[in-house]
Formats: sequence, C-alpha cells, structure tokens
Amino acid sequence: MTDLLYSEEEEALRAAVRDLLADHCDAPGVIARTESDAPHDLAAWKALADGMGLAGLLVPEAQGGQGAGHREVAVVLEELGRAVAPVPYLTSAVVATEALLECGDEELLGRLASGRTVAALAVGLHRAPGTAFAVARLENGTLHGELTGVADAAAADVLLVPAEDGGLYAVQASDATVTPQVSLDLTRPLAGVVLTGAPGRRLGDADPAVRRALRAGAGLLASEQLGLAEWALTETVRYLKERKQFNRPVGGFQALKHRLAQLWLEVVNLRAAARNAADALATGEDVDLAVAVAQAYAAPVAVHAAEEALQLHAGIGMTWEHPIHLYLKRAKADSIAYGTAGAHRSEVAELVDLQAP
Amino acid sequence: MSVDAAELRRRTAELLKAHPPATTDRPDFLRARFDAGLAWVHYPEGLGGLGAPRTLQAVVDAELEAAGAPDNDPRRIGIGLGMAAPTILKYGTEEQKQRYLRPLWTGEEVWCQLFSEPGAGSDLAALGTRAVREGEDWVVNGQKVWTSSAHLARWAILIARTDPDVPKHAGITYFLCDMTDPGVEVRPLRQITGEAEFNEVFLTDVRIPDSRRLGEVGDGWRVAQTTLNNERVAIGGMRLPREGGMIAPVAKTWRERPELRTHDLHQRLLKLWVESEVARFTAERLRQQLVAGQPGPEGAGMKLAFARLNQEISGLEVELRGEEGLLYDDWTMRRPELVDFTGRDAGYRYLRSKGNSIEGGTSEVLLNIVAERVLGLPAEPRTDKDVAWKDLAR
Repeated sequence: MTDLLYSEEEEALRAAVRDLLADHCDAPGVIARTESDAPHDLAAWKALADGMGLAGLLVPEAQGGQGAGHREVAVVLEELGRAVAPVPYLTSAVVATEALLECGDEELLGRLASGRTVAALAVGLHRAPGTAFAVARLENGTLHGELTGVADAAAADVLLVPAEDGGLYAVQASDATVTPQVSLDLTRPLAGVVLTGAPGRRLGDADPAVRRALRAGAGLLASEQLGLAEWALTETVRYLKERKQFNRPVGGFQALKHRLAQLWLEVVNLRAAARNAADALATGEDVDLAVAVAQAYAAPVAVHAAEEALQLHAGIGMTWEHPIHLYLKRAKADSIAYGTAGAHRSEVAELVDLQAP
Repeated sequence: MSVDAAELRRRTAELLKAHPPATTDRPDFLRARFDAGLAWVHYPEGLGGLGAPRTLQAVVDAELEAAGAPDNDPRRIGIGLGMAAPTILKYGTEEQKQRYLRPLWTGEEVWCQLFSEPGAGSDLAALGTRAVREGEDWVVNGQKVWTSSAHLARWAILIARTDPDVPKHAGITYFLCDMTDPGVEVRPLRQITGEAEFNEVFLTDVRIPDSRRLGEVGDGWRVAQTTLNNERVAIGGMRLPREGGMIAPVAKTWRERPELRTHDLHQRLLKLWVESEVARFTAERLRQQLVAGQPGPEGAGMKLAFARLNQEISGLEVELRGEEGLLYDDWTMRRPELVDFTGRDAGYRYLRSKGNSIEGGTSEVLLNIVAERVLGLPAEPRTDKDVAWKDLAR
C-alpha cells in the first residue's frame, strides 16, 4: 500500500528548504521583485539547485543527479508553494527534466541536474497530460512559429520545443525571441516564444515526453498547492487570533471558526491526495489515476484557501502590500495549470469507467 | 517481557489446537480465546490480553480468520467493545473488571449507553437524570434517548447527576446499570427511515448498588471522556478498498444503467467519487500514523468528512434513479440489530445517512472542536461554567 507519511529524511529536507527560503524569499522581497526586471529569483534558485543539489532529485546519480525521487521533490514543492517562491523548480527540475528522462538525453539532463542550466518545456501551461499542444514548423531543418503561455520561459537557457514532425527539439533560448506576457500569476510568469529559423537538436519523440512531463507536473503540482493552502490556513488562523473587533479576537466568532475548520479538513485531505500522487509517481503504480484524483481535488482546495485567506483578512487582504494576492494569483493560475480540475475529472471518468452520458 | 508477533502466532496456534473451531461451540471458543489473552492483546493479562502493542492484534485476527475461527461479531457489540470496555478498564475496580469484561468481549452480555437526554444533546454535561444515595444503593430517575441496542442490552453505561448544587460538569457520576432492573423501561423510537434502531429509556426508581459505580462520586464527566474519546478512535481505524463505501452502489448503478445518465449527474458523481477516494487516502494516512505511533489530529475530521459524503452521495443516488427514486423500499416498523446501509435501497441510505452528521457529535460541535483544539482558536463563551446546575436556564 502507498506510503502516505513523510520519512525522517523528507522532514529534514523540508526543514532545510524552509530555512533557505526564509533567508531568500521573504514576502516584501517577493512582492518587490514581481515588478522588477528580474521576476525570477535566481539567487534563491542557485542556492536551491547549486547549493543543495535539489534540481537533480529526479535524475539518476549516473547522469549527474541525486537519484532521489518524486516523494522528495513533492516535499520541496510544498515548501516552494508555502513561500510562493519565484524559482523555475516545477518547470525545469520537474517538467523539463521528466521530458528529458523520457528522451534519455544524458548531456542536457546532467546540466539540468546541476542547476546551472534552466530549461522550459515550450508547451502552454494550461495543457493537461494527454491533450493536444501547439507545435513549431520545420523548414530546412530549422524551427519556426510562435508558442505562447510557456511558464518560466524567461528564466530558461534551453527551450524544449515540440515540432510538427513529432519530435522534441532542444533550442537555445538565445536563438529564440522570448517575450514575457503580463501574467495573472506574478511569481510564475508566462512568456511567448517566437522561433524564426532557430536551430534545434532533436531529443526524441515529443508525444510520450510531453505526456510524461505534464503528468508529473500535474501530480506534483498538488504538493505545491498543498504548501500554498497550508500557508493560507496557518496565516489566517494566526491573524484571526490577534485581530480584535467588538472587543474580542475575530477568530472567536463561530461563523469564522467553522469556515477555518472546514478549510483545515480540506487541507488534511489534500495532504493525503498529494502524498498518494507523489508516492504513485515514485513507484509507478496506478499513476494516471493517482495524478488525476490529486489534481481534481487540489486546485479547488488551494483556490478556496487563498480566497478564504483574503476574505478573512478583509481590508488588509486587498492590499498590494500584503502577500495574500501572490497566493491567490498562484492558486488561481494553478487551477488551470496542467489541466483544470474538470479535465482531470474527465480523466478519472475514463480510468474508472464512469462514462459520460 | 513484551510479547512479539512470533509469540502471538505461537499462542494462537496453541489455542486453535486446544479448541479446534470446527468442533468447539462458538461461546466456548470465544471464552477460551479471551482466557488465552488473545481477545484484545493490548489489554492486561487476565483480562483478555497480554499487554502487547495494540497494532499486533492484526496478527492474531489474521491467523484466526485463516483457521475459520468464529469472531465475537464486533459490529453487534460495538458499544461494549468501543466505549464501555476501555472505560471499565481505566476506572473499574478489580472486581468490576473481572466481572464485566469477559462476557462483554464474548458478546454474551450486550451493552448500551445511557448518556444523551431530551434536554442534553450537544450539551451533554447539562443532563438531568438524578441519582440519589439511599444506603448502599443509588436511586435513579430520569429519561435517556437515542439508545442503540437498549432492547438487546444486559448492561448500560450510565451518567447521572448526583449533585445539583455544583456546576454541571462537577456533579455527575458514572454507573453501570442493570437493564433488567424493573425500573428500566425501553421504548422503541421510530426514525424517519420507518424502523427503530434506537430507543427511549425511562428510568424510574432504578436501584444501582454503589459497587456498580465507576470512578469517584462527582467524577463522572472525566470518566465519560474516556468513553467518548474511544468512540472517536473507533471511527478512525478503518481501512477501505477503492469504492468501498457509500459510493459503491451509485457507481454500480451508473455503470449498469446508461439510460439514467445526465451531464449534470455525471459532473456531480465524478466530484463525489474523487472526494470519496481522497477521504479514503486520508483515513489510510491516519491509520498509518497510528501504526507508526504518531497519531495526528486528523481523526477529528474524518467523521465530518464521511458524514457529508454519505449524505451527498446517497442524495445523488436517489436523483439518479429517477422514477424509481420516487419509491421507497419499505416503511415497515422494524427493530434492526445493525445499521445496514447496503441491504436497502437508495432512499433508505439517503434518510439514514442524515443521522451521520448528528450521532456521536453533531458536525457543528465537531467543527468547534477542530477550531479550538486543532487550530487553537478561542473557545465558545461558557456562561454556565460557574453556575450551579440547578440554577441553569432550561
């Protein structure tokens, strides 16, 4: 049976990541960065990837990685979600890395594992695993076309581009025009990629690589959503114990206590679903269903947590200064990322034979 | 020396050899199992156990099941096993433990719980059933309600007010009540399902000897906490297969009856299917925490989650059945021994599951408990804390 707990090593990893993020990703700093020229926090990324070796968790040791697994990656993502850290971890160390693992490209895998190279899969963030995605044209052996909605592309050194011949190509970001899009999620911004005769190196077949990459992305996104929802719950509970109106702590009003208790219950459930998905990805057992169930459940919970945090903080929650909006924007964007809850429910319907009318 | 799994297997094999299930009467086998310390291995020696870790019970159960041994039908005697026994173990005198635990465990004596009253539901500590000392006896008068199994029970755990002049929590005492006493009258209480699982119990000059008091006079509220906490532990320990709960019949109907499907029902069904699966993971995670010796607060939430799911799923099932959803299988007044969710139609499941958010603590009270004990939010105002029970508004 699936192991749904955290091991001692996983808890130690969590503590180390949390410490690091406390130093690098304080809320005022993250808010200020969103409107700077460098929305990604490359110093934090370097500390995570280079300093702690976390970019290579999914890559076997023989290929320069840590040879850990999805359970450990999930713990890292919980902490990154809790801090809404603007680092390309999910996109490079999980999604792009899974695509490269499917293609078996050792050279690029080694570079990604070291964290010195950042890659982005040039597929719109909204695409669910197993659904169609846009492809680049091939003319005279070079790539042409425009791909939009690529998360963290602005931080990437290498783009993994699916092309019309069914291949997945590695393209140097410097050979493409990457233009940031004004994005709902300020801490995982999207960019458009324009290719006009860009040289590409064929890595392998795009379909299985993209499918595997998006499936891992969807399944592990649930852990990021868990971290985000936990932050929203914890921070709101803390605030409502302090905040006084009508000569008493606001958190003592039963209407609010019940809402927070309901939210706690949702977070408890989300933890079990996210752990189940991470463990399934690690063992390879029943992965499709575990991922679809986790994503069908996670997105509404994360959005609900962020929305409750905003409403229960009331006025201060509407300000740019308070970090709640970063969490709300991330949660809402996450509810579309790698397929909506509805898309994943449709997948569940197929997998467990509960067919549509 | 603590007993390990190998030793339990050895003792189980010994029991099976001395009392082969095929040729031993069920009560004899169960008594022998109790005396061998294999009834509940975490109980002390001489009281059906061996002082072993609770998690090792599964070792014994598996061996006995494989050998085709009879069990004590735990669902039928759930109140005795889950609530009366741990309380007697913790607070009982040596004589009480020796007298009550063995027939309780074998099922020869069924137990019920005389706690709730018409005027004391969520506010159980406000109960008004009086127990007055007369010589060596206590004379009890009052009315209890929602008493499952009262019509089958030989014994009851009872809390009654022994001192009305102190605040409500302080004046309660815990008793073991003989249900065959002439002053005990059990009346079926018919439910919205048509049947009567539970009862009203009227207590008129019931005489309980002081030797059947459990714990100190006035300490009954604390004793009752053991009973109520164990009720919640019992809810947490289960292990369900996929589609193992209320979702099973509706999923089956969906697959077998394509003509009933609509888009609206499909979306709602999938949402509930996913939530059932996730609740199953949460229950499994809770179980793994208990096995690992790290019990979490999640148990408080499981009852809330399953109550809502049972209600929403069975409600959907009634709707899915369309014209048949307008019918009901049987309104006949019956006295079932067990709640049987699967042997009845969707309409029954819908109506019976309404009780899931009321029995064993309403969902509203459980949300307060989560908010206060897990999240640490301020407690509800307690205006009755320092008021003598007799002066409370009622």
